[in-house]
Amino acid sequence: MLEPTGNAKARVDAEFSELYKAHLRDVYSYAFYRVGNHHDAEDLTEQTFLQAYRHFERALRESDGRPLRPWLIRIAHNLAANLYRDRARRPQSPLDESAPIAAPHTTEDLVTGRDELKRVLEGVGQLPDDRREALIMRFALGMDNREIARALGRTDGATKVLIHRAIKQLESLVAMGEDD
Amino acid sequence: MAEAINVELLLRRALAPVEPPEALATQLAATLQSITDLAAEELEGWELASMRDPRNWVRPAAALVVGTAAGAALVLLRARQRHRDAPPGSIGELRDRAAQTAHDFADEARRLLDPR
Repeated sequence: MLEPTGNAKARVDAEFSELYKAHLRDVYSYAFYRVGNHHDAEDLTEQTFLQAYRHFERALRESDGRPLRPWLIRIAHNLAANLYRDRARRPQSPLDESAPIAAPHTTEDLVTGRDELKRVLEGVGQLPDDRREALIMRFALGMDNREIARALGRTDGATKVLIHRAIKQLESLVAMGEDD
Repeated sequence: MAEAINVELLLRRALAPVEPPEALATQLAATLQSITDLAAEELEGWELASMRDPRNWVRPAAALVVGTAAGAALVLLRARQRHRDAPPGSIGELRDRAAQTAHDFADEARRLLDPR
């Protein structure tokens, strides 16, 4: 790979700085809901941006002007998969235990909707990995089908089906929780 | 249908974006800045450093040796080719062949040492 020189290097660094500022919260949110605790989420976020910096020039060249958020989330997705593979474990703590610490929920949310939110989060935790990730990308990051498809390496159509099935399965899980 | 909408609304609330801790943003910005600075310094100092460090002389030296050997082999091949093509010769013809071979060596040396 050719090393950038002088002004070109400064320009690439400036662009990376913009990317970092624009998507730090996205990467952190994804990492937090993926791993389930702040400590691992911080590690995962840091590793994601370091990895992204290493391959940023190539990504810029190959993105052809398309947004780089799916690429960033894909890096986080792969690193999280490696984390689980290395430690051979699932998230250490349930999402609902630590989510209120930093999530911008209002007090009203926490009091009136706590049971409902808890059931939904428990349901999300029971979904297969790909369905859970698609929902995190859609609802925590606000990504559209095309962005999610790029992040997961799937077609737009397959992603649409994946999200539809994830929501249907979650409805069933929440309904079962209400019956209990 | 109403249930599906309800779940989506709940999902939006349950999976609200999470703000990264201030310390993480500061730490990450510092790490990236130090990597960027290091990369710039490395880039500026690379040429001089590579010339000062004898370990970096090995590759160009090896390339020169290989290139010289290949050049010499090419010159000898050309000389043999001319020898096969030429009629049995006199002293003048041998002298011409020696001169031509020396000329070929000079050409190959110039080609190898040309910085372009």
